Amino acid sequence: MKSDSSQSAGSAEKSPILRTGAEIAVQSLIDAGVDTMFGYPGGVILPFFDKLYDAPIRFIIPRHEQGGAHMADGYARASGKVGVIVATSGPGACNLVTGLGTAMMDSIPMVAITGQVRTDLIGNDAFQEADTTGITRPVTKYNCIVKDVKDLARTIKEAFFIASTGRPGPVVVDLPVDVQVAKTEYDAGVEMRLPGYKPKLKGHHRQIEMAAEAINKSEKPVLYVGGGIISANAGEELRALAKKAHLPVTMTLLALGGYDQNEAESLDMLGMHGTAYANYAVQECDLLIAVGARFDDRVTGKLKAFAPHAKVIHVDIDPASIAKNVRADIPVVGDAKYILGEMAKMVEHRERKEWFTKIAQWKKKYPMGYDRKSTNIKPQYVIEQVCELTGGDAIVTTGVGQNQMWTAQFYRFKRPRQFITSGGLGTMGYGLPAAIGAQIAMPEATVVDIDGDHSFNMTLTELRTAVQYELPIKVCILNNGYMGMVRQWQELFYNKRYSKSYLANPDYAKVAEALGAVGITVEKKADVPKAIKKMLGEKMPCVVDFHVEREENVWPMVPSGKSLHEMDGLDLLESMA
Amino acid sequence: MKHIISALVENKPGVLAHVSGMFAARAFNIDSLVVGRTEDPQLSRMTIVVVGDDRVLEQVRKQLAKIIPVVKVQDFAGQAVVARDLMLITFAAPAEKRPEILALVETFKGNVVDIGQKTMMVEISGPEEKIEAFIEMCRPYGIKNVARTGTIAMPRQEKTGGGTQEVAEE
Repeated sequence: MKSDSSQSAGSAEKSPILRTGAEIAVQSLIDAGVDTMFGYPGGVILPFFDKLYDAPIRFIIPRHEQGGAHMADGYARASGKVGVIVATSGPGACNLVTGLGTAMMDSIPMVAITGQVRTDLIGNDAFQEADTTGITRPVTKYNCIVKDVKDLARTIKEAFFIASTGRPGPVVVDLPVDVQVAKTEYDAGVEMRLPGYKPKLKGHHRQIEMAAEAINKSEKPVLYVGGGIISANAGEELRALAKKAHLPVTMTLLALGGYDQNEAESLDMLGMHGTAYANYAVQECDLLIAVGARFDDRVTGKLKAFAPHAKVIHVDIDPASIAKNVRADIPVVGDAKYILGEMAKMVEHRERKEWFTKIAQWKKKYPMGYDRKSTNIKPQYVIEQVCELTGGDAIVTTGVGQNQMWTAQFYRFKRPRQFITSGGLGTMGYGLPAAIGAQIAMPEATVVDIDGDHSFNMTLTELRTAVQYELPIKVCILNNGYMGMVRQWQELFYNKRYSKSYLANPDYAKVAEALGAVGITVEKKADVPKAIKKMLGEKMPCVVDFHVEREENVWPMVPSGKSLHEMDGLDLLESMA
Repeated sequence: MKHIISALVENKPGVLAHVSGMFAARAFNIDSLVVGRTEDPQLSRMTIVVVGDDRVLEQVRKQLAKIIPVVKVQDFAGQAVVARDLMLITFAAPAEKRPEILALVETFKGNVVDIGQKTMMVEISGPEEKIEAFIEMCRPYGIKNVARTGTIAMPRQEKTGGGTQEVAEE
């Protein structure tokens, strides 16, 4: 960043320029391409924060480290870059755990820098000491503590490389305070030393050929794509393959946006709350082409009865994902972008008229729907209106539960990185901070958090962060006064005993206003479009509290342990057709 | 089925915790885990004896290989290997029984490494079954203490079995 001129003064010979660990850390981040960071200061990370004082890095301070971690995650998902979060030792690091776990489960590239007590105090239960590497090991792709300042530049370089390559994930670098003040030379060109890390990029050529042959032979194929499509930036290659070979495409929650849902090939989402036509197609297909997906239990339902007639092609960059849950007939380890691109060259076009006719019949018989005639505000109606009034172009984040499933079902996504949600870990409270991170990454985009009231409650303090940085994020609370998905399960499986699944909510419009945002309350269906239009026009953060139908359920639903085709709620969809 | 897995790992702090933590988190069963340095100061070797079916073992190998500081993973199943366990065992050895005990130790190619008034400590190495057999032979005398290293293993030069299954590399 800046050279220390006093070092060379008075000496003709060029003595080495020594820099502190904090300077090296900040310079390493800049050299890794970081221009935006999230974080919260504290005692033992102060030398590092001091060097941030005049560094050319945009810095966003959340109200809680968890919020900061979700912001870095939302930033990473929206931009494709590595999200960076800094926290102090002890409580600061502990508060990152939920955010790291969220990123880990969804394979999101993040680097977290945490302060640590002096190396000579480690293990002595010092003030604000926590075993950060021990605590975060299961929720990170990699973590380490830097005990020698000479290792620092290399470690940070490695952290970014590990976070962003292969199957991406979060990396924690724990930085004791004495290492931040110790001095050494900074070598920007330092070589990484990772003998055990060789992310495999290309797929095996013969395996790709075999996959293409299987596609050419298949009468009833289905492309089943997951979050790997998004992280590999393989949207175009996916589209080329599906168009050329003529393949129906179903997406996991994390893959939504990976294939334009307005295209004829889209079967939309599959799984527990997937569409009937996606689930039926999977159960009946003769070839399942899984790409960047991991056969999660929410996708497969009863594993033994999943896609029972299908030969399985499994493309994934993580060899450990292959054959973990479902046996793969043709495994291909490698980067989805490369492999789909190669496959597209090898496949032939086939009409598959019978298969597409059958799919069209399912689509016609069981379209996604709800009681559109209801005079109450149906949550699905709010989402449809948001989709329509944003032209289907907004970046959408969610909380977790019903709000998330309805958004997945009723917003029609067009492009990758448009839908940002906590899939694997299912972290309530994710929506608002993730929206902040996404808006920071994409200042020109319309960013809407479609949230549940109880999800929103968990991190609503971050609304003030959005106000402080004048981010025009929109929050649509689908307020039913319940933990909606918990209530739905209690209704269906626990005899309507609504045990501890509701809280007394505040007046969210007033909360928003008190925090400096715009607040709107909507109690009538007729006011919904008007409120959304006003929300979309606001320059400051805007919260719209929609008082929706209280006991609406998410349909269809594959009850836990059932097969994908054993969906409940189909009669309802049929009656809406 | 029991498999002997050998993992070459970077000699860094936290690697053992990472490996053992992964085994616990993914509910894999470990019979024994041995760590020791190699001829290269930057690398250590872990020898892990794992019980599970083929599907579990495939996951064990892949999840191990996925850990960043793990450099190479080999599964010795189906391969001719030399597997050894080292044990120190102390048991009651009254003077009148010492001749027969020494004969026993001799038969097992063990070494007496310590003798007290009433007890004897023996060092013995070999395949696990031999160690188990020696423990059984000592039991009637009254075992005081047993310390075992767990299995270490290395493939034989002349390969008579199937190939090793390496997953850390292509």
